[in-house]
Formats: sequence, C-alpha cells, structure tokens
Amino acid sequence: MIAEIDNISLIDWSRAQFALTAFYHWLFVPLTLGLGIVQAVMETIYYKTGDEFWKKTAQFWMKLFGINFAIGVATGLILEFEFGTNWSNYSWFVGDIFGAPLAIEGVVAFFMEATFIAVMFFGWNKVSKGFHLTSTWLTIAGATISAFWILVANGWMQYPTGMVFNPDTVRNEMGSFWAVAFSPVALNKFLHTVLSGWIIGAMFVAGISSWYLLRKREVKFALASIKVAVAFGLIACFLSIWTGDGSASQVAKQQPMKLAAMEGLYEGGEGVNLVGAGILNPSKKEYNDNEEAFLFKIDVPIPKFLSYLAFGKFNAYVPGIKNIIEGGYTKPDGSIALSAEEKIARGKLAINALANYKTAKADSVLLEHKADSIKNALVLAAETENYTETSEGDTITAIALTGDELFAEKKAAVHAKIADSRQQLKENFAYFGYGYIKEPKELIPPLGLTFYAFRVMVILGGFLLLLFAFATYFSYKNKFETKRWLQWTCLISIFLAIFAGQAGWVVAEVGRQPWAIQDILPTSAAISKLSASSVQLTFFIFLVLFTVLLIAELKILTSAIKKGPQINENKN
Amino acid sequence: MEKSVLKRIISFYVEGFKGMTTGKTLWLIILVKLFIMFAVLKIFFFPSYLGKFDSADKKQNYVSNELIQRAK
Repeated sequence: MIAEIDNISLIDWSRAQFALTAFYHWLFVPLTLGLGIVQAVMETIYYKTGDEFWKKTAQFWMKLFGINFAIGVATGLILEFEFGTNWSNYSWFVGDIFGAPLAIEGVVAFFMEATFIAVMFFGWNKVSKGFHLTSTWLTIAGATISAFWILVANGWMQYPTGMVFNPDTVRNEMGSFWAVAFSPVALNKFLHTVLSGWIIGAMFVAGISSWYLLRKREVKFALASIKVAVAFGLIACFLSIWTGDGSASQVAKQQPMKLAAMEGLYEGGEGVNLVGAGILNPSKKEYNDNEEAFLFKIDVPIPKFLSYLAFGKFNAYVPGIKNIIEGGYTKPDGSIALSAEEKIARGKLAINALANYKTAKADSVLLEHKADSIKNALVLAAETENYTETSEGDTITAIALTGDELFAEKKAAVHAKIADSRQQLKENFAYFGYGYIKEPKELIPPLGLTFYAFRVMVILGGFLLLLFAFATYFSYKNKFETKRWLQWTCLISIFLAIFAGQAGWVVAEVGRQPWAIQDILPTSAAISKLSASSVQLTFFIFLVLFTVLLIAELKILTSAIKKGPQINENKN
Repeated sequence: MEKSVLKRIISFYVEGFKGMTTGKTLWLIILVKLFIMFAVLKIFFFPSYLGKFDSADKKQNYVSNELIQRAK
C-alpha cells in the first residue's frame, strides 16, 4: 500500500525532481527556438543581399546557438527516465498516447534537426548559399516540430482526448490520432510556448548586442543585430498575447480550477473582473471559511475582463474554487457542473468497475478452465469401452449435459458482469482520477504559487512588449546607440525573459495539481512505490550535474561573447 | 559516381569535425554528459520500475492492482 510509504514526501520530491529537470531543460530549449529564427533571418538577409557582414553576423549568433544546443541536447531525455522510474503507473496508464508523439518527435524531428545542423555548421563555403540557408531553416523547423510533439504530449495531460481506455491492458489507447495531435489545448500550448521561446531568443540577441554597445565595441554588428532582434521580439510579443488569450480560454473550458487558482477566485459569478495585481491573504486556510481572499488587490481597469477573456462574453459566468467544489452551476456547454463529492463518487464507481471487471475476467478464465477440465474428463470416460456399452454411458452423457448447462449459466453470469462493469467503467471514466481524492480540498492546486507565477508571467510579458516597442522605435530611428538606459534594460531583461518563461511553466504545471492527467490520474496514483530518500538522492545528483553543465555553458558562452564576432567593421 | 558522393559526404563531415574550435570542447561535454546519463544515471538510478516484470501481462496486473488498491 502506498500509505505504508511516506507518500506526501515521495510525491513532493518526485515532483521537485521533475520540476528541476524541466526548469533546466527549459533554459536551453527556448533559446534554441528563438535564437535559431533570428540567425536564420540574418542568413536570409545575407542570401538576399550577398553582404558578407550579414554572413559574419549570422555566423556569430549561430556559434552561440551551437553552444546552447550542445549543452542542452538530450537534457529532455532525463524527463523520460523519470517517467519510467518515478512515474511508472502513469507511464503504463498513458500507453501509446504518450508514446506516439514522443516517437514521432524522436524519429522525424530529431533526425531532421541532426541532419541539417551538420550542413548548417560545416557547410559554409562547401554547399551553395541556397542549400545552406535551406538547411538552417530546416534545422530550426526540426527543433520547432520537435517541440510540437512534446507539447502535444503535455497538452494531452492537461486535456485528455482522443483516447479509449482499455481495461484489459489498463492503458489508454489512441482512438483518434488527429484529436490528440490537434487538440485546441495542444495547439495553443505549442504556439504560446514556442512564441515565449522566440521572445527569449530575441531578448538574448538584443541584450548581448547591448552589452557590446555599453562597452563601445562591435557597434555596427550590435546595432544591426538589435534591429532584427527587437522587431522580431515585438512581433513575437503581439502573437504571444493572442495565443495567451487562446490558452486562457482553453484553461477556462478544460481546467476551471486552474483558472480559479490563477485568479485567486474563490467565489465566482457573472461578469468577473481580472485581477491585475494583489497579495493573497495568508489567513485564508479553507476554501469555505469566511476569510477574505486578498489582503490587497487591483483589478484590471476593463470591467468584467476575466469573463470576457475566459468565454468571450463580458457577462459570462466564471466559477470560483468554492463553486467548482460545490458544483451546481451551468457550464458553457449547458450541462450542470457536478460537485466534487459527486465526482469523487463517480470516480470510485469507475475504479470499482475496473476491479469488478478484472475479477469477472479472472472468473471467466477460471470457469473456462474448469469447464474444459471436466469436459475432457468426461470425454475420456466416454471413450472407455466399459461406459459406452453400459447404461452408465447414458448417465455420463446426462451429467455432461447438466454440467454444460450449469457452466452455461455461470458463464452467462460472468459475461454479464464483465459487460456491466465495462459499461460502468466507460460511463464514469471521465472521473476516474477523482476516485483517489479523499477530500474535496485536495482538488485545489497550490494557490499562492499559481497566482503569483501567473502575475509574474503576464507582468513581465507586458514589460517585454513595451521594451521591444521602445527598442524597435529607437533602433529604427537610429537612436539606440545613445540610449544607455535602454541598453542596460535590454541586457538585464535577458534574465527577465527567461524568468517569465519559467513562470509560465509553473502556472501550467503547478496550476493543474493534483493531476498528472487532468481528472483521470492524480499524482498520488501515478507515482511508483519508491522510497522518498532514493528520489532525494537523485534530486541532488541532478542538481550537481545540472549546475556543473550550466557553469560549463556559461563559461563557454561568455568566452565566445567576449571574443565577439570579429568583424572588421571599417571594411564595409 | 555513387561512391564519389559517399566519399564527398564523408569528407564533408571529416573536414567539418577537423575544422571545429569551440565545437571540440562541446563534443567532449556532450559525450561526457551522454555517458553520465546512460551509463550511470539510467543504469544505477533510473531503471524502469516495471522492468522487474518479465511480461506485459505481469506489468498490467501490477498496475491494475496498484490503481485499484490506492483508491481504498
């Protein structure tokens, strides 16, 4: 029994380990996605103009791209190790739903990336300009497609769709590949996540270029790089607002508890305001006590904005935490929301149905076995001369018939039990995970972390939009070189952009707790029966390993930056 | 003709690797990292938890029992 081990500690350490690995992995991925596009745009300018300056410029950023790529490559595989060891029930349960996107990612995207990256780095002056440029774009396309499949897998965990649960194998099987691959949650997640990578990449180029300007070196190179990066960053920011809106809308539909946590919303209603900033009240311990949710808060000046963002109508009903737990409100699809208690009851029905199905299946096998044994014995007896030529033969035939009838009845009963339990499981499977929930309050994700991380992401996103807007304006007015405050801001904002991206992941992953798979499998059922101390040990091993790798990257990266692009700027 | 294409591809990679500067250090880091990941971490710290069962039947029985028991 899981209760025999230190369950909470095991889950927390396993989650912490996964978070550490994901955080670390996410330091490299966005830079690959974003910096890749910037360098490809620069190479495209070189292809169009034939200007060697742009070739050197693209080559320098490509070098930094290569360093980042090399240090980051394969760090995502550690997450897969963790699935197999720490989250084995989950890994088995998700079956080919998770396997298919990851396999496509491995085979198509990774090999595409790996093939063309060689041409990108080794092919200068060896292949035609057009082929080289194509390879550069295909490398970035490979990395982006790779991200797509990973995010499809993640999107499915947030919004499980397109699958059929098979109680025989205890696995989810792909019902519709297209429903999984193009679920609205997966698509929004992909777009929003990749765009955040573009913003980080653009900020990185603008920030490093600003560092050169602050040191009054590589001026032409820095100003040219900034022009490309900030315009790209500005476009990415605008697109990110659009995809962020799409993501919020999906969260409202599929994960209302996450939305309520993001907003610190306990009591929902129609025409709900969006919280711009606020401090949660630490005295509020329960969702149904009478404490205020906030010590202080400022709503966004647009009234009823949360309702609008969530459902596209200013008067739309947005449920709060208390409403979601108590149920009874009308959902956007017109159905009435079940209470947490009802969902828990239906979850228990689903799990009991699985247990009954398994028992009935075992009974069925046993019955078949018994029937076969008796039948074989009777056939053997009937074949014996003594019985066939005496009246006892008739008796045995009669016994066999009675036996068949008896088994037929039992078999029918078992088959009915199999069919009933399968049907009951099917009807309640959408609530399967609720069967593991002991108290409704377990359904509330860590509120403070979700609420503040969301604000950090949005506020920093807004700040970066303004920064890119200013930087684009001054850059295209040829005034960027004199704006030292802007250069400093761009340099510091590299870290802010990375921080915003990480905060976004905190919202997505912490906000969906306690679920490993939304509504279907909580982390408490997904986890392997390990000792917490073994997970602690590997947590610290990773911490050391990642820190060493990060130091190595920073050292090589800063050394390459200090060396600079080495372009003779007086030449052109 | 085919051989010459193959030769050209091989020489493309050989020359590319020879001409690397920072790349050599990066490859060393990649190889060390992969060694640590697959030869140390995967084998000693991250074995497949269900790998102890030698058939799919045993794995599914184990997981179904776990899923049923943990709800109690």
